[in-house]
Amino acid sequence: MTTAPVKAGWRFKQPSVIPGFGLTLGFSLAYLTLIILIPLSGLVWRSAALGWADFWAIAVDRRTLNALKISFGTALLAAVVNVVFGTIVAWVLVRYRFPGRRIADAMVDLPFALPTAVAGIALTTLYAPNGWIGQLLMPLGLKVAYTPIGIVVALVFIGLPFVVRTVQPIMEEIDKEVEEAAATLGASRFQIITRVLFPGLAPAIITGFSLAFARGVGEYGSVIFIAGNLPFKSEIAPLLIVIRLEEYNYEAATAIAAIMLALSFVMLLVVNLVQTWSRKRYG
Amino acid sequence: MEVRVVNVRKEFERFPALHDVSLDIRSGELIALLGPSGSGKTTLLRLIAGLERPTKGAIFFGDEDASQKSIQERNVGFVFQHYALFRHMTVADNIGFGLKVRHGAARPSGQEIRRRALELLDLVQLSGLEKRYPAQLSGGQRQRVALARAMAIEPKVLLLDEPFGALDAQVRRELRRWLREIHDRTGHTTVFVTHDQEEALELADRVVVMSQGRIEQVGTADDIYDTPNSPFVYSFIGESSSLPVKVENGEVWIADRPIGLSAPHAPSGEAILHFRPHDVDLVDGCSGCIAGTVAASRRVAGTRRVELEIGGERQRVEIELPVDHPAAQKSRVAFRPRRWKLFPAS
Repeated sequence: MTTAPVKAGWRFKQPSVIPGFGLTLGFSLAYLTLIILIPLSGLVWRSAALGWADFWAIAVDRRTLNALKISFGTALLAAVVNVVFGTIVAWVLVRYRFPGRRIADAMVDLPFALPTAVAGIALTTLYAPNGWIGQLLMPLGLKVAYTPIGIVVALVFIGLPFVVRTVQPIMEEIDKEVEEAAATLGASRFQIITRVLFPGLAPAIITGFSLAFARGVGEYGSVIFIAGNLPFKSEIAPLLIVIRLEEYNYEAATAIAAIMLALSFVMLLVVNLVQTWSRKRYG
Repeated sequence: MEVRVVNVRKEFERFPALHDVSLDIRSGELIALLGPSGSGKTTLLRLIAGLERPTKGAIFFGDEDASQKSIQERNVGFVFQHYALFRHMTVADNIGFGLKVRHGAARPSGQEIRRRALELLDLVQLSGLEKRYPAQLSGGQRQRVALARAMAIEPKVLLLDEPFGALDAQVRRELRRWLREIHDRTGHTTVFVTHDQEEALELADRVVVMSQGRIEQVGTADDIYDTPNSPFVYSFIGESSSLPVKVENGEVWIADRPIGLSAPHAPSGEAILHFRPHDVDLVDGCSGCIAGTVAASRRVAGTRRVELEIGGERQRVEIELPVDHPAAQKSRVAFRPRRWKLFPAS
């Protein structure tokens, strides 16, 4: 299996047994334009009406900055937590056969299906100072509900399936023989995990991370119930947008949204670049 | 390093895969485990490697009881049928892996590891490919890298599980010769598993024929082919024909006629006669021979294979004739096996 030499430049059209490149590309572009591009450019256009000075004033407003910090910070933290535990969950589901495995497997998808508000209310009930878990944490001085920790908890809940479902299929493809080969060569269990298994999973883990992160940044429904929504403390950017909307301050709302959009785009782009790099390395 | 397998039994969830197997492998020997699928040959190999633990019995490397040691401590080189290369590492990193994961003083310097990897790459005739990834290599090249990786740790034994099973016929033949050369040059005690008898007979110093979790026969290619000790080995190795016969007073009979073979030591009664299709003499008149009606005649490479129906029961046997032999045109052919063996009827 040698790779054929790639000609300089790229061909626009790849020969294939299934025709329809023109049709499918045309459809995809039209579809993306309708669903994503037009609404987003509307957003940018609307906020541009604000004028640069006003836009900047909203952007560097302390309340906006705090909300953005909380949104991106908690989403990042939740994505990191999900990467660690989601990978472990995927590992258990792929590698071991135990009674109830299929039920556990189905349970992973629940956060996808559950209305986020329901999740938020359920988590708040559990983690409130008088809730089941909250009252256990209270004596330890740990307050979860109505703090940024609560936001992280909600985002972990929402983001878990993204990591599990992206890592799981790649994990299933891992050949057990590769681990056995590493063991016969003298690698310890830890070395097998860090040097053989993990590099193969890295691209999938990064994808799961970026999906969970992106979902966390945009999450609204579950967070507003558990966050307590104190400005400067536990107010997330999406909520701030809604507040501005309710004040009929559409320009400010679109400005914050445009900032979020730009930040998310840059972060996802970086993640994508990291992924391309790791895929090239670990192919 | 000599390897001794002593009364090993292996069960998978109560299902026995090996029954009480014992085998002595001499130091520096190239030995083949040959058998149909399900005969337990791969299980035996994996037990030697430590990838499985025996239910009963022990495996010795020299005088050490290896069955108490973990896979990592056994220091065996294992080559898998599907290569099992680390696909995120270059060829050189793959080969050096076994040295890189060592600890402390046992671990050579980075430079030394690289030097060893290049040296081994040269041994397996892949110089210049050290920067490639496994996905950029052909099947045959990958298997060579896998072998180099296994040899990098200077293993006590080299174990190969159907190493050429996934390759096409031509590459297989080439690698077979090449493996023999490598073995002669490095002198590792080597055990390989195969279901290809040609491979086993051509390559190995000794062949272990296995069937249904038991060792049927151990011997050189000549032993196995010329003096098979069981009907299984007779029919599994090479071509063979068999006929139900009767032994009376040291004479072999088919139906009511003696066929001119004397078996003075065989017990009287029902038996099965085994012979090689090419190891027969054609005879003219039939006083003491096996005679049959030609049922089919096929040209197979350099010979003609004739299928005969023998006696009233129309038992079919195959014999091989030279292509231009006139007997192939006849409707009745008589022959007598030159070399043959009787096994009691089961």
